[in-house]
Amino acid sequence: MTFLQISNLCKDFGKHRILSGINLSIDKGIVYAVIGPTGAGKTTLIRLIDLLDTPSSGQIFFDGVDVTHSGNTRNSARRRMALVQQKPIVFKMNVFGNIACGLRWRRRKKEEIQRKVNDVLEIVGMGDYRDRDARTLSGGEMQRVAIARALVVEPEVLLLDEPTANLDPVSVSKIEDVLAHIIKERKTTILMSTHDMSQGQRLADKICVLIDGELLQIGSPKDIFCAPATKQVAEFVGVENILPGIVARKENELAIINVNGAEIQAITDLTQDENVFVMIRPEDITFTRTRDTSSARNVFEGRINRIIPLGPLTRVEIDCGISLLGIITTRSASEMELTTGSKLFASFKATAIHVIKRA
Amino acid sequence: MDSIWDQLVSLDSETWSAAGRSLWFAATSCVIATLICFPLGSLIHFRKFRGKGLLISVLQSLYCMPTVLVGLIVFSILSRAGPLGEFGWLFSPKAIIFGQVLLISPIMLGLVISAFSGVDKAVTETAVSLGASRIQMVIVAVREAKYAMLTMVIIGFSRAISELGVSMMVGGNINFYTRTLTTAISLETQKGEIEKAWAMGILLLLIALFINITIYSLQKSGRIKHWGVFRLLLDRIRAWGG
Repeated sequence: MTFLQISNLCKDFGKHRILSGINLSIDKGIVYAVIGPTGAGKTTLIRLIDLLDTPSSGQIFFDGVDVTHSGNTRNSARRRMALVQQKPIVFKMNVFGNIACGLRWRRRKKEEIQRKVNDVLEIVGMGDYRDRDARTLSGGEMQRVAIARALVVEPEVLLLDEPTANLDPVSVSKIEDVLAHIIKERKTTILMSTHDMSQGQRLADKICVLIDGELLQIGSPKDIFCAPATKQVAEFVGVENILPGIVARKENELAIINVNGAEIQAITDLTQDENVFVMIRPEDITFTRTRDTSSARNVFEGRINRIIPLGPLTRVEIDCGISLLGIITTRSASEMELTTGSKLFASFKATAIHVIKRA
Repeated sequence: MDSIWDQLVSLDSETWSAAGRSLWFAATSCVIATLICFPLGSLIHFRKFRGKGLLISVLQSLYCMPTVLVGLIVFSILSRAGPLGEFGWLFSPKAIIFGQVLLISPIMLGLVISAFSGVDKAVTETAVSLGASRIQMVIVAVREAKYAMLTMVIIGFSRAISELGVSMMVGGNINFYTRTLTTAISLETQKGEIEKAWAMGILLLLIALFINITIYSLQKSGRIKHWGVFRLLLDRIRAWGG
């Protein structure tokens, strides 16, 4: 059931268009992650949905009611949502006071406030911080207070604007644990923005890719990461092998794609002579010293151009007529004694390739 | 110097009455101006409207308005031929309080706006996003800027208690009725009673110092919560002023 409907939403700041024609249907109880690079318009979108700003054009329907402009409906809709901002914000009071604010503003009874604040303090693991001045907490602790403050009002929609940005890994992990708990226990509708793709993948049911103010793709994490709809989405989600080619011939669903003279076999619905992009995720490429005898349909011999160690993983770039980039464990790289210029075979399955139409 | 000290320790009932009245007038006008300036300042700060910048510039230029000019304006308003002449307030405590409210309101209004400007916008937005109404959001902002707000009250009070032009022009310096410490100092100086004038001046300074130290020490010890300071001050001043 569509709970929040965003229709053709645009936002301009002066002459700059920040968001352009956003259409999004948010269903009850689903966790959405809006991912996109910095400056893509994620915060602007979250602020518009939380009704903190008004759009330049377009409409926002909350539970079927147009809340885009009307003051009264905006206020009552806002009370059914809660926002956690990127920068941890706490009021000049103790932790209990901070968390109790939303309930006090809703004129809840004292006993109810006590009970709910204590419950939520336990959820965020800050039961011992109840009477501490909130301004003396660390960034991660402040953000947990902010999350508790949003949760205590039991919002129907929880909006999280990059809640773990600029926090240390331990704090990020604690906040993710809290969010995972809420998702499991409360079935709250959540819309979170993040530039951490793996976080989106871990927590969200659906991912929306926002790039340069446009929503380019909405889908399950698997769809987004394995079958990006456009070259921009593919680049953003880490598909590092994006090769322009042409469908040379088709054998049922199997297409033979000519990429700079090399023939790549892939599964696609696209027809012969179609201009395409062939997309291969680096982790789907296997490197061997001798020709691979596995089921992989695509095996190319090449020479190593570059080896880039990245801690436990190593990026290997090989030139086999086409340039391919793969990732292997640093241990494997060491065992295989890889050196720049040495011969290497790269193989990948036809099913691991995603093919999209090229204009 | 000995003579000034003698005067200071042997101040008569006229002087104490003038001191009490100075405190009472300044405190009352300060409370009234605060009641006007808080809502008005929050409206100006939180609303978007045309000419907002111009309005704030005009307010700032009124900070240095001479007290005699305010006295003249109030005199014109309250005199028989003036728009509020029928109230018969001229040469009464009400006229002085009215004048002092006019005098300190621009400063207090400017300081309220400036105090709100010092509050991180993200704080008020967080309050709004958590369901605060407009008034609840303003209360959050006041709480965040409570020290700046307190400074605003102290500055307003200090300006009111130290002014001469308004009290003299619209109060008439009537003994045991509208005479304040500043008008009494002026009168004693004109009469050649320089030591007595000095003693009164020192008393005025001591009063201002006492009020400021009291407020700041209460603020520091965290005993001032919300605006209970007004009740506290008013109770004390009422006790002194009789």
